[in-house]
This record gives sequence, structure tokens and C-alpha cells, in this order.
Amino acid sequence: MSHAQDAALGHDAGHGHDDHHDHKPAFFQRWFMATNHKDIGALYLWFSFFMLFFGGLLALGIRAELWQPGLQFWKPEFFNQLTTVHALVMVFGAIMPAFVGLANIMIPLQIGAQDMAFARMNNWSFWLMPPAALLLVISFFMPGGAAAGGWTLYPPLATQFGIGMDLTIFAVHILGMSSIMGSINIIVTILNMRAPGMTMMKLPMFCWTWLITAYLLIAVMPVLAGAVTMLLTDRHFGTSFFNAAGGGDPVLFQHVFWFFGHPEVYIMILPAFGVVSEIIPAFSRKKLFGYGSMVYATASIAILSFMVWAHHMFTVGMPVTAQLFFMFATMLISVPTGVKVFNWVATMWRGSLSFETPMLFAIGFVSQFTFGGFSGLVLAMAAVDINLHDTYYVVAHFHYVLVSGALFSIIAGVYYWLPKWTGRMYDEKLGKTHFWLSTIFFNITFFPMHFLGLAGMPRRIPDYALQFSSFNEIASIGAFGFGLTQLLFLWIVVKVTFLKKGEPAAAKPWDGAEGLEWTLPSPAPYHSWDVPPTVK
Amino acid sequence: MFETMKQRVACTLSLALMSPLAWAADTLPEGNQPGNYPLNLQAPKSGIAEQIFNLHSMMLVVCLAIFFVVFGVMFYSIYAHRKSKGAQAAHFHENHVVEVIWTVIPFVILIALCIPAAKTVIAQKDSSNAAVTVKVTGYQWKWGYNYLDDGIEYVSALATPRDQIDNYDGKSAAKNAHYLLEVEPGTELVVPVGKKVRLLLTANDVIHAWWVPQLGVKQDAIPGFIRDAWFKADAPGIYRGQCAELCGKDHGFMPIVVRALPQADYDKWKADTKARLALAKDDPNKVWALPDLVARGKGVYEANCAACHQASGQGVPGSFPALAGSKVATGPIADHLGIVLKGKAGTAMSAWKQLSDTDIAAVVTYERNAWGNNKGDLLQPAQVKAARQ
Repeated sequence: MSHAQDAALGHDAGHGHDDHHDHKPAFFQRWFMATNHKDIGALYLWFSFFMLFFGGLLALGIRAELWQPGLQFWKPEFFNQLTTVHALVMVFGAIMPAFVGLANIMIPLQIGAQDMAFARMNNWSFWLMPPAALLLVISFFMPGGAAAGGWTLYPPLATQFGIGMDLTIFAVHILGMSSIMGSINIIVTILNMRAPGMTMMKLPMFCWTWLITAYLLIAVMPVLAGAVTMLLTDRHFGTSFFNAAGGGDPVLFQHVFWFFGHPEVYIMILPAFGVVSEIIPAFSRKKLFGYGSMVYATASIAILSFMVWAHHMFTVGMPVTAQLFFMFATMLISVPTGVKVFNWVATMWRGSLSFETPMLFAIGFVSQFTFGGFSGLVLAMAAVDINLHDTYYVVAHFHYVLVSGALFSIIAGVYYWLPKWTGRMYDEKLGKTHFWLSTIFFNITFFPMHFLGLAGMPRRIPDYALQFSSFNEIASIGAFGFGLTQLLFLWIVVKVTFLKKGEPAAAKPWDGAEGLEWTLPSPAPYHSWDVPPTVK
Repeated sequence: MFETMKQRVACTLSLALMSPLAWAADTLPEGNQPGNYPLNLQAPKSGIAEQIFNLHSMMLVVCLAIFFVVFGVMFYSIYAHRKSKGAQAAHFHENHVVEVIWTVIPFVILIALCIPAAKTVIAQKDSSNAAVTVKVTGYQWKWGYNYLDDGIEYVSALATPRDQIDNYDGKSAAKNAHYLLEVEPGTELVVPVGKKVRLLLTANDVIHAWWVPQLGVKQDAIPGFIRDAWFKADAPGIYRGQCAELCGKDHGFMPIVVRALPQADYDKWKADTKARLALAKDDPNKVWALPDLVARGKGVYEANCAACHQASGQGVPGSFPALAGSKVATGPIADHLGIVLKGKAGTAMSAWKQLSDTDIAAVVTYERNAWGNNKGDLLQPAQVKAARQ
């Protein structure tokens, strides 16, 4: 609050908060009762970072077992738990919270708002996550172990598991609640708290993509909650939603799950589009090409994402008309996605490019995400999908989309905004090393999986036929390299955040960067935008 | 290996484009399994598989062409328009004509891709006029085959011995050439070459998927539902596949082997198999003595129950209950039989009613008299037959 406002409200100076702009609450209050959007964003980001390493550790467990044919380390039932929890942790614990964290910090800064619309609910949305994560972790120690049906949790298999499955269902419920609250907050903040003069068509791309993502979340999270609740009642209360013997339909679960699950993959990629749409113009020193078509493309992708869910189910035996419809609709998504890629390339065309770490990760994102898009197009062909469904080709496809796509964009965003958050420049040399090691090891890990899938290796198997051994060995080496490389990222972030090492950052450390966030000092003050800026 | 010129060109192209890695095409003598660095789909051995192969090659070429054009432009920018070379940023940031063009062109390409793909989808779904119909049932973790016209029925399970798989102590036995892709002798799905084979698929417990890549067929087998699929093998040979839907702990150990025979050999196989199965059939009214039933039950147990409950009857704590000293195996025999016949809802224990009366009687008897259970009672096949009603 400004002096003038204080005086007008009759506050005296010694009243709980002093008049200094950067007053921060004491440690416990600040981090455990946080309402400040930057603190909550930081909590989200650290939480997701922790979960990234936990999920990564599970992935290394998978790759260790698959290093050679034969069973070396785990019993097959434990292997299935590893794959399942790895997926759930990465999707709900790492990628989604990281994007929510970026949204929490950056949206108010970018639109000139003082905080998120519902600051106390924001606290709730974060603090729901650690208990949910804990449920997933302790499910490993329950009798029968964690859920082992893959992240899709298809019944009737999912009804066979022990109490670990119930903990998973509960965790999914809680995470869904958190996501919905977070989304409501983001929507209301963007729609109601923009600075004077910031029309919707002047909104930064990151805010636009998050606005659309938030609507997707609100639409589909209840669907997931419904699906797992039906699973729960089938397991314990004698219902037969998915039990054919009781008049139910196991395929119904798949339809309901993928009605959530397909938009969910766009929930994990649309904010990524936003992040790179901020970064590429900044390091091209040129405005984003085709802002308008970017917005429309994002919206069309979101709408189309509701119409293609059954392309995950071409092998369940749909009627031919349904197969054709879902094939055409799926392929259609590549049109707006293509527009976005063309726009990024056009933004770089005849720019004045420099290649700091955020830009490297953004370029890595565009090219490798596009590669994942192409393999998606191959999978969209229902006829070809018959041979590739549930093989390592699919594993390769979605890791190109979710690792070199979503994760790379999150890392790009962290490097891009880290000076704004901490007031210090990260170590550029280490950052570039991080990029090159990540890219090389990522491709060593996942590129051979295309070949494994084509050659006929099913996914989610703990052991494989001998002709798959060479590529699996390569993939496992890559995975350990990729995992170790991320420790470098941890060190880079810790160095600027906690050890406070690094050059002090200017308010606008990137000369081509545009947006309100760069008009604030670095680090951004604890209470920013006391007086909303005016956008012309 | 590749029949048509088109396939050969497509394959060569994809290899040339996609990998700097050496390609060791050491095709195994039978079954046409790919070698150690397989880079492409397995060699197609049915019309549908061939269409899939060609569609994939077409997609690959189109995608790679687009990839090189778009990223050629991007990498040219990266090379030529860098700040360090003194490039000045241009000021354009919109061009409606260009934006419309690059929306329309991909759309046209998609339609061009969709037409052949749609033709294949329609062909895949046409299972009419089959020469042979086989009902395929997925069990945790084996496949049941039932030739509906001939009454031939048997179960096909992994043949790879456990001592080749388990390598926890680093001392596993040398692995077979078809490690994990081999089934017990005489239990392959045998079909006539060049004839349309229709599969009716269902499952007993959870969802499985029946998949043979070279024949271009993959179809989920869903409990409580019947789905159909078809294939037509072009050439005699052995075609191998695996279950493709996560179906529990032994999902990775559920191979499928198809043996395609010329019609005359197929007819002979059919006659031989019928005779063999008739000979092996038990009389459900035979009265058994305890030691004989226990001895037979041990074999049934090892083939069907040991995967979960372990050969030692100790189970896997938390996942699969022990039978040694258990309430079920030492309590009333009718309850014990009930669990075996009907399964237990909400657990991995499925109904085992597909086993013969004698096998069920034997395995129940074995479980009540092994691992120190010493009940001394026995179940006669006739009692099982009665309990089924």
C-alpha cells in the first residue's frame, strides 16, 4: 500500500506491516501460510523439482531393469509399479505443478496485478499437493505395493490391486481439486485483474495459453475424478460400472479416462507453447510473428482436443465409422499445431538471434516437439496405429512431446525468468552445458525407442526378446546420462537462489525481452504492482 | 525379405534417412524376426500388414520432407541471422497471406494422406467370409484357442524356462533363440495359408491384446465382450507376437505364435490334433485314489497356479496369498472348490472353470495335501461336475 492509501484509510505505521515495500513475513508464516503469489509459485516449482527427481529415480529403476534381457533387479509386479508411479508422478507431480508455479509467479507480473485473485485459495491449492504426493510414495509400502496398472489404470486390472490403488485414487482426487482451484484462480486473475489498457489481444502469449489451459483443466479434471470414483465404488461398494459380469463395460472406463486424458496432454503442452512464444521473440529481438493466429491456433487445439480421445483406443474394436472419425479429427489437430511451429520459425526469420540458454532450450523444444508431433501423426493413422499401439513407438512419441516438449519449455522458462526471480544471472556456461548434455542424452534415450516400437517391442514389459537388446542398452545408457545431467540443473539453480552467486541482474537482462515483468526491478519486489501500470 | 519394389525403396529410404547406426539384418531363419538393430516394421506377411507397411513408409517420407523444409528454414536463420554476425532484426510480425497458405497446404496434405489410410481401415474391419473361425480367450497369462467349427480347444503358454528369465543372481541359463517368443510345443495357433482366419476375442479376467505384427493384426480381448479381427497369412511360416495390453505381472511373458501351413498340412494337423485331444480327454465319472490325484494336481498347479502362489505355496506377501496353511486350503472343501471355480472378485484370482473337472479336482486335492496342509481329503471329478451346475 502506498503512503497516500495508508493515510486515507487511517492506518498507522506500526500496524502489523511497516511501510517498507519489501517487507516479508517471518519464515514459518512466509512459507507455510503463504499467500504471496511469488512465494507460492516458488513452492510449486521446488515441489515439482523434487518430484521430477523422484519420478526420474523411478524411471532409472525401469531403465536399469531393461538394460539387459532377463530379470535382474525387480520382480515383474514391482516393475509395473515403477512404470505406473513414474508416470503419475511425472504428469501430476512434476510437469503440471511446474507450469502452475510459472503461472503463479509470472501471470500477475505480466498483467500488472498485485497478486492472484484468490490469494488464500492459492495457498490451499499448493498445500493439497504434498499430501497427495505422499500418498503416492507411501503406496509403495502398502501390502501388495503401489498401483501397477499403468497411469491409465484400466479396469478390470485396476480392480485387482490392493490398498495402494485406493491411495492412488485418493491422491488423484486431491491433485484434481488442487488443479481446479489453481485454474479458477488463473482464469479470474487474467480476466479481472489486468492492468488498465491491457486488452485481451495485448495479453502476453504465456497468459493466453494458460487461460485456455485453465479452462481445459476445469472441464476435464472432474471427468477424471468421476472415472476414479467409479473405479473406487467398483472396488469396494459392489457397483459394476466396469465389470461386464455385473452388466458394466470395461471399455466405458477407457472412454471416460481418455475424455480426460487427451485434453490432459494439451494441458501439459499449451503453457509450454506460451513459454517459448515469450522466449523466441526475446532472443530474436523481433516481435512474435502472427500473434492473432497464435491465439486462435491455441484455442482451436484446445477445442479439437475434446474430439479425439478415442484415438488412444483404436485397438478396442470400434466400428469403422468411429475409427475414421477419430482418425480425421486427430490429424486435423496438426493444422493449428503446424501454424504455431511456422510462426515460431517466422519469428526467428530475419531476426537478430543470440543463443543464451533459454533460447537454446526453446529451439530444442520447437524442433524436438515437432518430431514428437510427426510421430503423433503416424500414430493418428488408425491403420498404422494397429501395429504401433502399446509399443515403444508410443513411449518414444510421448516422451518427445513431454520431455523435449513440456519439460524443456519449463527449463527454458526457468532460465529466462530466473534473473527476475533471484536478481542474479545464472552461470551461462553451465546452462549451455546443461542444454547440450540434456539434448544429447535425451535423444540417446528416446530415439532408439522408435525402432524398438516399429520392430514390435510392447511397452510395460520388464523383459524382452533378444532382438530388442541392443537398442534397450543404448536407451538405458542415455537415461542415466539424462538423469545425472539434471543434477547440474539443480546446482545451477541452487547457486543463484541460495548461495547468491552470480552477476546482479538488470531489470531487463535480455535486451530483446518485452512485457511488463521486465519493467520491475530484479529481483521483483515482494509486493509488486502496488500501483497498476498502464498499458498503451 | 521385401516383396515389392515399393517396399524395398521405402525401406531403403527410411534407413538412409533415419539412422546413422549400422544395420545388422541377420534375419533369423524362421519367423522372419528382425535382427539386432531392427529399424523398421517387421517384414509384412499379409495383405493388411503390407498396406500398413506402405502407409507408414509414406508417412515417414512426408513427415521427414516437411521436417527438413521447416527446420531447414529455421537452421538457415540460426546460421545467417545471428546477432554475432551483425544481423539486424526486421520489423515484420504478421502476414495474412502467408498464414493462410500455411494453414491450407497442411490441410491438403492431410486429406491426401487420409484417403489411402481410410481404405486400409475399412479393409481391416471387414471380417466377413472367413474360412476358419477361432475363438481366442486371454487368460492371466496364457492364450486359449478354440476352433469353433472343429471343436479343437487348447491353451497356449510361454515355453521359455524360468531359469533363463530369472537373472537376479547373475547366473541365468543361456537364452533360447526365441526367448520369450516361444510357446509350448503343439500349442501354436495353426492356420491354413492364404485363407481368411477370423478371430473372436474375449478374455477371462482382465483386458489383453492379441498382436502378431507381421500379420498386421492387433485386437484387445475384453472380458465380457466378443470382438473380432481377421488375418490372412501370405506364406507358410511361423509368426510371433506378444500380448500388447498391460495385463498384470506376467504381461511380458505372454507370447503368441502362429503357424501357417499349406491347406493339406493344415487338414492333417486338424485330424491329428482332434484325435490327440480326444485321447487325452478324461472321464469325469472316474473315481480317483488320493496319491494319483495329488500327483496329477501337482502338474496342474505348476502350470496354472504357481505363477502367483509360487511353487512353494508361499504366495507373494501382500500380492498373492499363501496356500500353505491357508484358511481356504484347510477349510471346508466346498468353499475351496468355489474359489477355484468362480474366482474372487476384486483380486487377481479369476475363475478357473476353463479347466477340466479332473484337473480342478486334482489341483484342489493337491493344494489340500501339499506344503504341510495334510488334510488327507480329496475331491472327485464328479463332485466338480456337480458343483458347476
